[in-house]
Amino acid sequence: MNHNFIDRYAGIDSLIHRLDPRTKLVTTLGFVLAVNLTPIQRWPAFALYFALIAVVIGLSRLPILFVLRRSLVIIPFVFFIAVFNLFFKQGEQMAGFDVFGWHLSITREGLDIFSSVMAKACLSILGLILLSSTTALPRLLKGLEQLGLPRVLVMILSFMYRYLFVLADEVLRMKQARDSRSFGARRMGQIKTVGNMIGTLFIRSYERAERVYAAMLARGFEGRMVTSSRLRLRLADVHYAATFSIAVLAIALFPY
Amino acid sequence: MNYAIELQGLSFRYPDGQQALKGIDLVVPSGQTVALMGPNGAGKSTLLLHLNGVIQGTNGAVKVLGLPVEKKNLKWIRSKVGLVFQNPDDQLFSPTVFEDVAFGPVNMGCSPKETQERVSRALESVGMAGYERRSPHHLSIGEKKRISIATVLAMDPEILVVDEPTSNLDPRAKWAFIELLRTLRMTQIITSHDLEVVKTLCARSIILDRGEIAADGPTERILADEKLLRTHGLAI
Repeated sequence: MNHNFIDRYAGIDSLIHRLDPRTKLVTTLGFVLAVNLTPIQRWPAFALYFALIAVVIGLSRLPILFVLRRSLVIIPFVFFIAVFNLFFKQGEQMAGFDVFGWHLSITREGLDIFSSVMAKACLSILGLILLSSTTALPRLLKGLEQLGLPRVLVMILSFMYRYLFVLADEVLRMKQARDSRSFGARRMGQIKTVGNMIGTLFIRSYERAERVYAAMLARGFEGRMVTSSRLRLRLADVHYAATFSIAVLAIALFPY
Repeated sequence: MNYAIELQGLSFRYPDGQQALKGIDLVVPSGQTVALMGPNGAGKSTLLLHLNGVIQGTNGAVKVLGLPVEKKNLKWIRSKVGLVFQNPDDQLFSPTVFEDVAFGPVNMGCSPKETQERVSRALESVGMAGYERRSPHHLSIGEKKRISIATVLAMDPEILVVDEPTSNLDPRAKWAFIELLRTLRMTQIITSHDLEVVKTLCARSIILDRGEIAADGPTERILADEKLLRTHGLAI
């Protein structure tokens, strides 16, 4: 079966897609740091950050709708964390209302924190979506490895990427097998079946891990991770990294 | 005469107490193609795992190309015995085809340049050149099987050991795969219960049942003996 919930748009050819994964990792990290270290009082900076990331997303030729849909997955979580600050932060009252006998008031400080969290989270999420949708995961892992992430972690992530799809297929098959034999079972019965399926999946994965390890041993694995191909930075990477960093620094430091 | 594989009184018992192999004696000369047949659970796969020391017998001795399978020889033996697992999803565990085919050579200590050459050569010889950057989950099972072979060919093995080469393949993919195995000139040990595969690929056949060798001889003779095949669940 063909899954494409990861790497769906990693195959497009664009200026951003062609960049070395390390360039994208470092610039994204820099962007996220700059955004989160900028105080919300400097609000024009946030508009400019947004303009910057919008330009880069434009350059990457990712479908805008896809980027929006991806961010919608995460933003509700941030919203529910941030929204309580509106009411619980002590400070100068801006508005107040009564709900079921509770008096709720919105304070200026609360509003500041709320908008700060929302703006920073949205921008960071956009940056990460850009990174993860323009770089195929194998290349991203290679980039992380060459940036010095311990090999064991890289290995774990690459197994995750490799077997996510195999497991998804396995779950799908189990679900089909269940559905073709269950005729309107009661809710409780369903829950029990799901429990059994999770158990089965765990045992199958465990056994698969043993077979995979045997296959690795058979090809001379000795517990040491060694790597072969190396990535090379190109001139375009230097240009992009320089332009992007200068833009971010200018936005962060400009006296508004 | 050079022997590729020598097994002497090999027994193996799984940790759960199940006796998988009972005193196997077997000698395979270099260059021979051998089929290992037998019903499900006969111990075929367990036997294969002994051939490069992934598991080691409870009793008995295994020699590969004259060297005993023991800790100090494992590295060398594993580069000489290419073991291909039945399920390509176990055999191929890397995010890209290139990394998977390169896994063996890199573990053998090849330089990046040599690794690159070995990968290209191996993929070329299984007809999968140009697949380097693909991910295994985007390939068909026939393609995965071919790449599984490439992952061991990249190590230049002298002995090729293939577990159930044609399971799950449709007839066209199956025959294409058989043709591929026929082009490889090395000692081959293949498990199968597909009699067509055995007839086409192997000069010698061995029937394994309940951990013991039940028959051993030229393939024509074994396959002609219908009573024997029926006794061991290979024909109905």
